[in-house]
Amino acid sequence: MLGKLTWDAIPWSQPIPLVAGGVVLLALLAVIAWVIVRGYLPYLWRDWITSVDHKRIGVMYILLGVVMLLRGFIDALMMRSQQAIAFNAPGYLPPEHYNQIFSAHGTIMIFFAAMPIVIGLMNFVVPLQLGVRDVAFPTLNSTSFWLTATGALLVNVSLVVGEFARTGWLPYPPLSETQYLPGVGVDYYLWSLQISGVGTLLTGVNFVTTILKIRAPGMGYFRMTIFCWTALASSLLIVAAFPVLTATLGMLLLDRYLDFHFFTNTAGGNMMMFVNLIWVWGHPEVYILVLPAFGVFSEIFSTFSGKPLFGYRSMVMATLFICVVSFMVWLHHFFTMGAGADVNAAFGIATSVIAVGTGVKVYNWIFTMYGGRIRFATPMLWAMGFIVTFVIGGMTGVLLAVPPADFMLHNSLFLVAHFHNVIIGGVLFAGFAALTYWFPKAFGFRLHEGWGKAAFWLGLIGFYVTFIPLYAAGLQGMTRRLQHYDVAAWRPWMLVAVLGVLILLAGAVCQVAQLVVSILHRDELRDEIGDPWNGRSLEWATSSPPPPFNFAVLPNVHGEEPYWEIKRRAIESAHLTPEPEYEDIEMPRNSPTGVITAFFATMTGFAAIWHIWWMVVLGIVAAYVVFVWFAWRDVDEYVIPAAEVARLDRERRGARQAWLDAHARAEEPA
Amino acid sequence: MSTSSEALPQRHRRDIDPYRLGRGYGAPGYGGGGRDLPTGRGEGGPASKRVIVGFGFWVFLLSDIVMFSAFFAAHAVLQTATAGGPSGRDLFDPSRVALETAFLLASSFTCGMSAVASSVRNQLWTQVSLLVTGILGACFLALEAYEFTQMIHTGAGPETSAFLSSFFAVVGLHGCHVTAGLLWLGTMMAQVFVKGFRPNIQRRLLCFNLFWHTLDIIWVALFTIVYLIGEGR
Repeated sequence: MLGKLTWDAIPWSQPIPLVAGGVVLLALLAVIAWVIVRGYLPYLWRDWITSVDHKRIGVMYILLGVVMLLRGFIDALMMRSQQAIAFNAPGYLPPEHYNQIFSAHGTIMIFFAAMPIVIGLMNFVVPLQLGVRDVAFPTLNSTSFWLTATGALLVNVSLVVGEFARTGWLPYPPLSETQYLPGVGVDYYLWSLQISGVGTLLTGVNFVTTILKIRAPGMGYFRMTIFCWTALASSLLIVAAFPVLTATLGMLLLDRYLDFHFFTNTAGGNMMMFVNLIWVWGHPEVYILVLPAFGVFSEIFSTFSGKPLFGYRSMVMATLFICVVSFMVWLHHFFTMGAGADVNAAFGIATSVIAVGTGVKVYNWIFTMYGGRIRFATPMLWAMGFIVTFVIGGMTGVLLAVPPADFMLHNSLFLVAHFHNVIIGGVLFAGFAALTYWFPKAFGFRLHEGWGKAAFWLGLIGFYVTFIPLYAAGLQGMTRRLQHYDVAAWRPWMLVAVLGVLILLAGAVCQVAQLVVSILHRDELRDEIGDPWNGRSLEWATSSPPPPFNFAVLPNVHGEEPYWEIKRRAIESAHLTPEPEYEDIEMPRNSPTGVITAFFATMTGFAAIWHIWWMVVLGIVAAYVVFVWFAWRDVDEYVIPAAEVARLDRERRGARQAWLDAHARAEEPA
Repeated sequence: MSTSSEALPQRHRRDIDPYRLGRGYGAPGYGGGGRDLPTGRGEGGPASKRVIVGFGFWVFLLSDIVMFSAFFAAHAVLQTATAGGPSGRDLFDPSRVALETAFLLASSFTCGMSAVASSVRNQLWTQVSLLVTGILGACFLALEAYEFTQMIHTGAGPETSAFLSSFFAVVGLHGCHVTAGLLWLGTMMAQVFVKGFRPNIQRRLLCFNLFWHTLDIIWVALFTIVYLIGEGR
């Protein structure tokens, strides 16, 4: 009846996951109870859960990403503290648990923290910067989000029901085959990634279509912001790379469930094929994450230097160059496979060449700052910290791209330090910068600067104190994923690293404090006119938070940095442009399709993990029924009447005119 | 002599060509919108809904093709990994595969017929050609199922060797797509019957056509790589 699922699936004998899971469960129940008691459920259902508004979906993505970031950070704390004490000692985490922790840490951080934050930013920002009202497929967008949430849920369920994979964040066979890991851990991994992978793929399709087909009148390709360009490149990579992940994990599923022989070490299976296929997806994935981060920094450098971005076209070219070449470097993840000197040399050179594109970008950012009036606000601090940190990470990456060096450093902590250097220094710093930068646009008030700056300095220093020791330990031969060790020379580095991760913890506390303090003082931090940073692109042209339709009238774009031009004219004449003719606006109606699909996806995934076949069939049939039910819906749009549009837009214009008048008075010679 | 489309007979005019996305797609009702539908290119502002849906679905199909290419690559690697078991030469029956191909290609033709019929809003011919498409697709699936059961019964199932694993995976994946296509086709027939040729139904028919033809393209690759080359191994 319930397949492999019994009461023994709950780890009664392991206090750490049991207590952690219990606390999370209690917190979750408390939140749900609070929501119901306070009567927020209808509001949540109407305005968030079934919303197809790209801004709300973006906020939900980022919330999911931040929560999972904290979850993954707890794993990191456990690993660093284990390695600090497990010198000639067993430490406090038994090996099979420690192995689950490093696997879950990698999986969660890449798929359920970094990806949702990046995709959430794309959701929130891209339609606003393109000057349009929504993405190409709003309901699909909501479905993508809920499928990603399903994956995150399944990974967390594995904490208390069963186990997670003990394979590392990429389940290399033959270890991940049933012969060696017959438990449900690898199945949890596979099904949660298959389900959330579909969500990510659909996001890619949605954004390629949005950016190529839905832009404001006059918004030619070379008038788009760099963030939109990088979002386009990232979405193209998603469309081209994620199907390979789906196929590869599908093959492993067939091996595990139906006794196929793709990657087994019997009957002709080829386990190196898995490693090749997974990195054909895996390397572009790196750029899927980091290209939008580059886009964020491009916006921030230009805004806070008070200058247009230096080398706009070279920035676009570098982005597309990286986009293409990212598919030609995958083999550098396993130079030690033994492909031979020629193949290794080709991939080593390609890997060094891809750094050129990033180099172009770094110089462009530096030249953007050169001669500018730099404001050292929190987003700009993260951006400047990024340049230094990312260049160091890039340098160690180029070092690893040299095959002979890689033979020495392969699978060492040097590698671990390298990819944390680029992912934290690149993607995470960009996430924090973007959060501070666009928060006022999303919620109508700025974040507290003092706490933000404290979080930045603790984050930056904590990062170096944690990961520079790992470089050193790696150079001394310490391999990754060690549950315990007996080399005295590594010990001091592990002790410094645990100090570093505590500084990072203090930084995380500051981030949370920043949010709480800002919410409490939101009236003082209010952004009245919708342009808190003296911005240059179209998202600052609308109010904060923007109305559901974003723009009362689609802006007419006449050049690069369209909003800067509008603002300059308004300041010169001390008047806004004449009031436009308002018309009725059709917007997509809310839809529960996404959340219902996710419900059945969770059910099907969980049932497949535990071999509860009737429930798998039930889930699939129900999903089809929902699909047909949605297809039968006749009215999928609602109309916002012109009078309402006019009322909201007059409010915005009033605030802006007041600012213009005040500005004109201040400029007047006394 | 005029070369403009106005000089052609009514039914040959380019503006009723269902594959011509965007500009000049005819009067309202032919998938929505007026005569000069914006395409979304350059500085012309947002594209029409028909262009957005057609384009987006093409992007999705490209991703599907990428997924198949991973399975093709795996099959190319494992094609000779028979582990002492039977090879393609022992197993494949060329005449049955030719018949399968004929069914599928014919179904693509009738699917194209349904696109023509729905573009002139002819309920009867749309339904008839969709039905024939479905029947041909079902015949294809039946032959494939027969092939699979026969192979499994003679001890050449996917657990026998890596070659057979990849064979069953790539051919089976295509079969799953055809099955999903048949479900979609039945749903579309019901929708056309109940709701008529509304713009959103027309857009879905366009997507279904793209999907069905893509399955054909994939089958051509599959026929070549799996069966023709496999026959020689």
